[in-house]
Amino acid sequence: MKQKIRIAAGQGFWGDLPDAPVRQVEGGPIDYLMLDYLAEVTMSIMQKQKARDPNAGYAKDFVPLMRRILPACVERGIKVTANAGGVNVRGCADAVIDVARELGLGGKVRIGIVTGDDIMSRLDELLSRGIELRNMDTGEPLSTVRDKIQSANVYLGAWPIVEALNQGAQIVITGRATDTGLTLAPMIHEFGWSNDDWNRLAAGTIAGHIIECGGQVSGGNCQYEWRSIPNLADVGFPIVEAAPDGTFVVTKHERTGGWIIIPSVKEQLVYEMGDPREYITPDCVADFTTVNLEYEGRDRVRVFGIEGRPATEFLKVSISYSAGFKAVGTLVYAWPDAYDKAQAADRILRRRLDRLGLKFDQVLTEFVGVNATHGPLAGPPHPDIPEVQLRVGVRGQDRSAIERFTKEIAPLILTGPPAVTGFAGGRPKVEEIVAYWPALIPKEEITPVVEVLT
Amino acid sequence: MKVQLTRLAHARSGDKGDTANVGLIALEDKFYPILVREVTAERVKQHFKGTCLGEVERFELPNLGALNFLLHESLGGGGTLSLMTDAQGKTFSTALLRMEIEITDQEASEVHV
Repeated sequence: MKQKIRIAAGQGFWGDLPDAPVRQVEGGPIDYLMLDYLAEVTMSIMQKQKARDPNAGYAKDFVPLMRRILPACVERGIKVTANAGGVNVRGCADAVIDVARELGLGGKVRIGIVTGDDIMSRLDELLSRGIELRNMDTGEPLSTVRDKIQSANVYLGAWPIVEALNQGAQIVITGRATDTGLTLAPMIHEFGWSNDDWNRLAAGTIAGHIIECGGQVSGGNCQYEWRSIPNLADVGFPIVEAAPDGTFVVTKHERTGGWIIIPSVKEQLVYEMGDPREYITPDCVADFTTVNLEYEGRDRVRVFGIEGRPATEFLKVSISYSAGFKAVGTLVYAWPDAYDKAQAADRILRRRLDRLGLKFDQVLTEFVGVNATHGPLAGPPHPDIPEVQLRVGVRGQDRSAIERFTKEIAPLILTGPPAVTGFAGGRPKVEEIVAYWPALIPKEEITPVVEVLT
Repeated sequence: MKVQLTRLAHARSGDKGDTANVGLIALEDKFYPILVREVTAERVKQHFKGTCLGEVERFELPNLGALNFLLHESLGGGGTLSLMTDAQGKTFSTALLRMEIEITDQEASEVHV
């Protein structure tokens, strides 16, 4: 058994720095590269892409990335875990197999795929058996939005990925797998942890949480002494050096920018946290109040003492549904009286919208430069404020009302308060709102499927 | 005397649906008891009056010198439904750091006020 494995994070979200995974592979020794592509509503975007093109529906960026790094991964035995498969895991795997063949690596790369997370086609059957898939936030049963659902995927954990690695896969592509599972699975595979070793499973889970947002633990978005953070232009993405006992070190490649310090790790630990004693994943319940941190050198933070508890009997389901339309329009007002002018423009706009008799679920006005981030806490703006951006958003069920709204913004330039600009982009775009519906499903309803292809 | 939280803590915030979370981290371990004493769920609810329409929950992480707050009904519906510039609650962290809290003269000397 290896005494240490290095797991490198390459993407904090779909659309993160394109070269980050390449730099992780080329910048120093790693054993695993983990890539998290799926945000909460990403699956619905992929579902739509697949509806238009049966070969689409996965993270397209993953394929050209593999073209760049596959030779190095094969040469050095680096394994990849990625939830790049979206709603077309097999299509993604086939595209990677084609790339391997083109690179002269045909037959040399075993690709594991994990499916079984997509329950879209089973929804009616599940609902008919009384599995209500109630919204975890609001308590409403899924039947209230049944005809608007666009995708439904269960978050799978580490174990199906472990199974693929155990079968010799070098690249593991999943659909909706938890980001923490992508990091935990290599540890289970390498160190042979058992499925009731809750403390170690929790440790691997928290390691995953620490690196799942990429550069956000190595100096990105770091409030602590932010002016002192070295060379963020070349920020090094995080790497976990894991040991069989469940302890690990958070670090990054040498000669990269950013920093790994205890305050930056703490900031990432509390990111998107709920009850810190109850961080629930398919694999365990991790307790963040047991995390201990200490320095082990420059850009090296050791994490130890983590405890966990048994996993729950449920899996989380990520359902997306169509929830109407929205649009946001902006204009910029200049000194003098910039804020007064922006407020006057808002009043004029609302009066015109009222007269048109348009129905919206919500109209929200913000004044960027005054209150868009801190609201009333920001206090009144300086009377000589040089400029203010008026930002008005509307949403509703009637697309035509939202479209009408988008035609009322530009006319304010010639028919409203003076010293106004900032309308180069044309009319605001009407966007369909695809909303997120979190629910729980009993674990026994779901059977992950693992295959290894070459 | 009164001091702004930004002198004693740093923070990071994020979202879960319509709930914003703010993790508040003591800049030095010795400041953590001050945060526990002064930055109560009630004070935070009052601080975010008009922004946080639901309950505020507080959780303690003495191991990290940190408190975690959940601010329910704060993100205009949350996720893709929200029309807010900050639909993901990313700037609630520094909004909390604006809060003024009461500290003793002894504590003030440690904070170097």
